[in-house]
Amino acid sequence: MATEHKPSITFHPEPRQLPGGEREYMMDVRTGDLEVNMGPQHPATHGVMKILIRTDGEMVTAAQPHLGFLHRCAEKIGENVEWLQYLPYTDRYDYLSSMNNNLGYSMAVEKLLGVEIPRRAEMIRTICAELNRIASALVAFGTYGLDLGAFTPFLYAFREREWLLQIFEKACGARLTYSYLRIGGLFNDVPPGWLEEVAHFCDVFEEKWQEYYDLLMVNHIFVKRTADIGVITKEQALDFGLTGPMLRGSGVDFDLRRDLPYMLYGEAHDAGAWKVVVGRGEKGTLGDCWDRIYVRVAEMMQSVGIVRWCLANIEEGPVLGDIAKTLKVPEGEAYVGIENPRGELGHYAVSDGGKVAVRCRVRGPSFCNLAILEDIMPGTLLGDAVAIIGSTDVVIGETDR
Amino acid sequence: MLNPIVTGAALVAEAPAQGGNLTLDLLREHAPAALPGWSLPLITALISVVIVITVISLLAMVSVWLERKVSGHIQCRYGPMYAGGWHGWAQSIADGVKLLMKEDMIPLGSDKALFMLAPALVLGAIFGAFVAMPLAPDFYFADIHLGAFFILGMSSLTTIGVVMAGWASNSKWSLYGSMREAAQVVAYEIPLGLSLMVPLMVAGTFNLLDASAAQSDYWGMGWFVFKNPFVIPAGILFFVAALAETKRAPFDLPEAESELVAGFLTEYSGIRWSFFFMEEYAAMYLMSLMAAVFFLGGFESPVLHVARQAEWHPILCNLIAATTLIAKSMFGVLVMMWVRWTLPRVRIDQVMTMGYKYLTPLALLCALGAALWEAGKAWIFA
Repeated sequence: MATEHKPSITFHPEPRQLPGGEREYMMDVRTGDLEVNMGPQHPATHGVMKILIRTDGEMVTAAQPHLGFLHRCAEKIGENVEWLQYLPYTDRYDYLSSMNNNLGYSMAVEKLLGVEIPRRAEMIRTICAELNRIASALVAFGTYGLDLGAFTPFLYAFREREWLLQIFEKACGARLTYSYLRIGGLFNDVPPGWLEEVAHFCDVFEEKWQEYYDLLMVNHIFVKRTADIGVITKEQALDFGLTGPMLRGSGVDFDLRRDLPYMLYGEAHDAGAWKVVVGRGEKGTLGDCWDRIYVRVAEMMQSVGIVRWCLANIEEGPVLGDIAKTLKVPEGEAYVGIENPRGELGHYAVSDGGKVAVRCRVRGPSFCNLAILEDIMPGTLLGDAVAIIGSTDVVIGETDR
Repeated sequence: MLNPIVTGAALVAEAPAQGGNLTLDLLREHAPAALPGWSLPLITALISVVIVITVISLLAMVSVWLERKVSGHIQCRYGPMYAGGWHGWAQSIADGVKLLMKEDMIPLGSDKALFMLAPALVLGAIFGAFVAMPLAPDFYFADIHLGAFFILGMSSLTTIGVVMAGWASNSKWSLYGSMREAAQVVAYEIPLGLSLMVPLMVAGTFNLLDASAAQSDYWGMGWFVFKNPFVIPAGILFFVAALAETKRAPFDLPEAESELVAGFLTEYSGIRWSFFFMEEYAAMYLMSLMAAVFFLGGFESPVLHVARQAEWHPILCNLIAATTLIAKSMFGVLVMMWVRWTLPRVRIDQVMTMGYKYLTPLALLCALGAALWEAGKAWIFA
């Protein structure tokens, strides 16, 4: 994006003869494009991301995301610490869905180990992952409201999120970086009464969800701001390798939980506990900002369905498989992709049979989803640009790792 | 349009209607003889300025606190609870002290003179507008024949300060903010003025005191809204246009914190920033007071009617009138706060579309209807 340097005023060499005998000199005033750094401290970039945008008045003519402000060498650290020691680092890529990150990493290592996970552990893992998905979607929904200037839904969303964080705190003692789902199962069983509280939360949340939907999702101004904005076609979504709500918002019916089932999602889906939500272009074009945020909001209720199914089918038993204190992982490589709230979170682990990984690669969904901004942002207004960035729901901790 | 210079010239031509106010009358009676006669209006002006600045600043501080409480309760929280003890009443004072203590920052690349002038201009304009705003039949600073005109002119002068601030800051985000402000105010000044035309036609005067007095019939319920059916839609239009004029949500595009960082306020901090903040709240009150005078019956209410009939002490009557007016304007301010904490922000092209395509024609229609209604009434009852 090099700026073209033209003189701002160009004179036409030939004067124009006016009927009265006067001569008029003509000139063109070039109104230049403005290059603006949106970020890294801009409130709409959800962290420390910079988007270099070029604007013609209010119109965005080019956009380019710049990443790396939060790079912490997470993958390199994975090659230097023991298998179990790396688990807390996974919490920190996508800090809004730490349970899912723990799960992805644990599953990759478990695949190498070939260890069997007790059924109760799988149940609680599923509950935690789905509750975490709700907590993450609440942030996405609330901050999207903030991006569009609606403050109140944000605080409503955080009211329920606070309860969820307290539920997690009761299970593992941490509110954000849990490290609760570990290689082989869980660190500890949930405390007594925890499952009942989760059931109570599901009941209350169902009512609140309707409140959110009525308050923001069908608000006339909200629909006007998001419908037909930032449209990603089906083909574009597939070309850019989008995953998660970004992909489903464009009408592609694909969810790793159903199509490459892991843990108990396949079983729950067969039992009819949940279904995949796909954008339908309800308020505008298929694949617009409204569809993407709708998929996130509607998925919260599907997560509630999964949690309810788990609560109905949970049984007593151990929560940790047969795992040695100091892990020595057999030689080999494994890739496990799971459905993170933002898309496919892939973990690729290579072991040479030692206590430390040889390679520990992460495929982050936010990072991959961000690439499309460059294509869909030009031609929108500055206010729409903010709506589009918000609808990708990036977590910078994960794009940079 | 509402050119302040033209307004000023008209004011000079019009001269004060009754030749003074309560302070001046008191001074004329009780001032020591040593004071020359020409100094009395100057002293009156000085006292008035002090009163205006104090009252408006206090009102702004109270409404900042109120806004935080209102937003808190809308959002299932308490808002300020600690400063001062009772429901955090001293929060605004604490904030004010903090803002005064902050370092006075002027960006290096900015146009220093304009940067410093802008907040003063904004605040001065809005205080100036308040001078024409009566609080009660006998509590006023200037009885101006073209009061409504003067207030609109002065309040649109704040736009120049905002554009100045955006330009002088030498920041791209500030520039965006001030351009938005200019575009928005030009678009909404027209429906604001046109919708105000409707009650003005019913009142038959630009003078706010006379307009309020014209609503005192029917036991203090002879409000313009009951006298002409076009005043009600005009009131709604006026409220929407006033929201845009005062940069309140959902039309807070000039500062749109999620889009433009803080818009024209980006480079401001400390006491200069708080000047803009105070202007916003003062403008809210100004617009609400205008709405109260022209759409909600001014000072008039059955209570005031009863007080007048019973011939209570004039000062008591005036206090009742002032309380009524402030309560009515408070209603407007609370609705503005309610709207702010409920609705998302609209986009700039939607703001423009709404102003030019819908509000302006609707306001014109209202004005036409009201004019026909008044003409018909005059023809029938003639």
